[in-house]
Amino acid sequence: MSDTQEVESGVVIGIAFGNTTSSIAYTSADGKPELIANEEGDRQIPSVLSYLDSDEFHGGEAKAQLVRNHGNTVAYFRDFLGKKFSEIDPTNAHNSAHPIDAEGKVSFSVVEKAGKPAVNITVEEITARHLRRLVSSAADFLGKPVTKAIVTVPTDFTEAQRAALTSAALDANIQILQVIQEPVAEALAYAARDNFQTADKVILVADIGGTRTDATVVAVRGGMYTILATAHDYELGGVRLDATLVDHFAKEFIKKHKSDPRENQRSLAKLKLECEVVKRTLSIATSASIGIDSLCDGYDFHSTINRFRYETIGRPLFDQIIKLAENVVSKAEIDLLDIDEVILAGGSSHTPKIAQRFESLFPNCTIHAPATETTALNPSELAARGAAIQASLVSEFDVEDIDQSTHPMVTVAPHLSKDIGVVIVAADGTETFQTLLPAQTAMPARRAAEFNAPAEGGDVVIKFVEGGSVIKKEIIPPAPKDEDDSDDEEDEPEEVKSKEMKVEKLLAEALLKGTEKGQKIEVTVQALEAGELNVTARIVGTQNGVRGQVKA
Amino acid sequence: MASSIKIDSALPVFSGEWSAEGNFVSHAAISAPVNRKLEPLGPHFLAHARRKRHQRTFSEDDRIQASQKVKNVEDEDAGEISEPEEPEMLRRDPKDWKNQDHYAVLGLSKYRWRATEEQIKKAHRRKVLKHHPDKKAAASAGGQQDDSFFKCIQKAMEILSDPVKRRQFDSVDENAEVEPPTKKSSKSFYKGWAAVFAAEGRFSKKQPIPSFGGEKSTKEEVDEFYNFFYNFDSWRTFEYLDEDVPDDNENRDQKRHVERKNNAARKKRKSEDIARLRELVDKVLALDPRIKVFKEQEKERRNAKKNAREAEEKRLAEEAAKKAEEDAKKAAAEAEAAKAAAAEAQKNKKGAKDAVKKNRRVLKSAAAEFAPAGSVAYNQLMEIQDKINPDQLAELVAKLNVAKGTAELKAVYAITANEIIAKGAAPAGAFDALIL
Repeated sequence: MSDTQEVESGVVIGIAFGNTTSSIAYTSADGKPELIANEEGDRQIPSVLSYLDSDEFHGGEAKAQLVRNHGNTVAYFRDFLGKKFSEIDPTNAHNSAHPIDAEGKVSFSVVEKAGKPAVNITVEEITARHLRRLVSSAADFLGKPVTKAIVTVPTDFTEAQRAALTSAALDANIQILQVIQEPVAEALAYAARDNFQTADKVILVADIGGTRTDATVVAVRGGMYTILATAHDYELGGVRLDATLVDHFAKEFIKKHKSDPRENQRSLAKLKLECEVVKRTLSIATSASIGIDSLCDGYDFHSTINRFRYETIGRPLFDQIIKLAENVVSKAEIDLLDIDEVILAGGSSHTPKIAQRFESLFPNCTIHAPATETTALNPSELAARGAAIQASLVSEFDVEDIDQSTHPMVTVAPHLSKDIGVVIVAADGTETFQTLLPAQTAMPARRAAEFNAPAEGGDVVIKFVEGGSVIKKEIIPPAPKDEDDSDDEEDEPEEVKSKEMKVEKLLAEALLKGTEKGQKIEVTVQALEAGELNVTARIVGTQNGVRGQVKA
Repeated sequence: MASSIKIDSALPVFSGEWSAEGNFVSHAAISAPVNRKLEPLGPHFLAHARRKRHQRTFSEDDRIQASQKVKNVEDEDAGEISEPEEPEMLRRDPKDWKNQDHYAVLGLSKYRWRATEEQIKKAHRRKVLKHHPDKKAAASAGGQQDDSFFKCIQKAMEILSDPVKRRQFDSVDENAEVEPPTKKSSKSFYKGWAAVFAAEGRFSKKQPIPSFGGEKSTKEEVDEFYNFFYNFDSWRTFEYLDEDVPDDNENRDQKRHVERKNNAARKKRKSEDIARLRELVDKVLALDPRIKVFKEQEKERRNAKKNAREAEEKRLAEEAAKKAEEDAKKAAAEAEAAKAAAAEAQKNKKGAKDAVKKNRRVLKSAAAEFAPAGSVAYNQLMEIQDKINPDQLAELVAKLNVAKGTAELKAVYAITANEIIAKGAAPAGAFDALIL
């Protein structure tokens, strides 16, 4: 009996708490993560709270208030949470309620009740109210009370910020079971789609949000995630793309009517909201129209823009995004070629040009974005989905269990610094390196692989080796000119980079006698935490095998 | 075990001499690892955490996980409720179902109102398997066709599977009542009454109910508990105890009469029940040692205020008394000083008078030296004496004492007479006999 009660009361949801928008998700009965729409039908709920005539507005309704009621509308507060006033960057809150310093804490001065003087509300309290509204939407949708949640935050969230988030949630009667990193949650969303396959890969997660962009290199080894490097740009995001559109249309307006809509707070807010819509339309359609009645000085404004124009004016920003991606890869001390997959997350990742730019930077990778992959998940939903998956995984855990599992004793593990593999004979007869345990694998780890026996049979030697990848640069001389007029394109010799595995150190050798043609040989390597390496080799289907250990 | 990767390449053939003993030779250790933080996310991490926390190897963990999965399947049957069946219960008359303990019939007397639908279903299934009439017929091989207990089971299921009927039965389920503890009972006050109110709480429309708490409960908790039970919103109904309503076609009036009677009885029982609960709560409230403690604390707090006030008053009074005393002392001292000063003044005065007298005598004798008594000069000398004050007199006497011979004395007198005239104390010609 108590079991059923616990299951009923213990609905755990995933919350992606963003600076611009937040999402809530749960895992349905068939194990699929699904986003929950709030009362207005939004799945990306703007992280905005607005106070008008003693009423509290939240989400889309509150965002619409930015035009008429901006001083009483609190937006972009997530990044202020748990920080001192001296540490925050209030740029984003320029067009909404301004953060103020209340004894070192960040607060917003807001008229909460009509006719009463403005009160100071701390950012923690705002967060608690925001979370309360999110959770009540989730509870309404699920028809069950929601008391526990998994929340995603960016990788640069400090311990103090996490603590502030947890205590704010407690004020809203929500127990945060775990605060997880956004890029890993996003990677987990894709892993869940592929049934948690254990293939080893290195992923670049680019989270291009509303106000900021984060790039993270994550090594996935046997289904476990290790962050290798992170990079942040706090000024790059959808808002900047909106701003380029605002500038574009403002110039057009000035040309027609000789007045600048950017100089009037209300006109600017109207134009911003419409430009956001235009930007979204351009992610789907090749052209979009904008129409604002009485934009400025009583003039209406109507115009259209096509995608090509947008991509031209947005180019500097796209370049910055690509640069950030390159930076994070070099920060991880790997080469661009080492990246196996790219996940584009965040609302701005809908922009086709961004995905195309990533595609040209990583030509051999899968780019998970709507523009480059038809089956891609919605990039805005990834973090919430990942959180919901984690929520379903830990829903039966006690808080104590979770705390123990996320303790540094468990999470900090020695990682291999070099690839470990065996020497194989390629089809052309040369000996090459086959990785079994790639570098950055957390120990203990084990891998098994099946190889063919030599065509002629006989004794086989299995060489266990350590190595790494080497980037080879090959310069292809320009092709002989066919026609004279296309010379300026082909003058530059093309440089082609390729990755090759190289053996660096022989660790051990094993002799397996008497193999026959057509047999399979199974090789297992197990790296122990202490740095020892256990290896076995066995002819599949027989008792014939050999085992040994490489001491640390 | 993680499935192996299939790699479509051959391993190298061994050619040459194998120098080492055995079939395995180790050459070098792996490069030093780097410590990094794993992200605590995803099923594979949770498996890693499980292995690490319980210090299991991969194969051990695989085995334990597998065996746990098997156990989970068994657990569903292990929830079996095996209560011994009283022979008396087995002989029950199914027609007397109103007096039947349905939970006991299904073997759920431990659970009663706490039993879930799932448990009831399972218990029923088990009882049916055991007591099905067809089975009995087979067992007794053509003996009596006794399916009466089976009917009891079916009736119990009918009541308990219907939420409305089950509530009606639960309302009058005497076996679920918990006797209030008596003073003699070994159970502690809190434990005993907590059980009573947990049982009473099952009738509450509001769930969960506040707990009775213990010795260390705060005033708020205790208040919440008593408020809850004083404003108890009960779903308890008494339809179950209704008299059977006769069939419609027999006698309509009779039927209506019975229905009315039933309704009245229900209402009466309901109000009695409300009164009973209130009485019970009153009784506990009176007995509750925590309430006494709280009252005392309250009193102390109020008294503390009063005491503080009194202390303050006392202090003020003391201060005032002290001040008055000091004032009196000061006044006395001042009076004393004034008196002493007066005495001193008196003494001084007397001394001065004596001195004047003495000086006059000196003057008289000095005057006699150069002017006979009764002459004009003598008279004018005497006048000088009267005109000058005692200090000047003393000064004059001192000068006269120093002066030698009549001429000098005369000169002294002349200076003094001039001074007096200069002051305007006497007319210019008053001392012409002295001023030469």
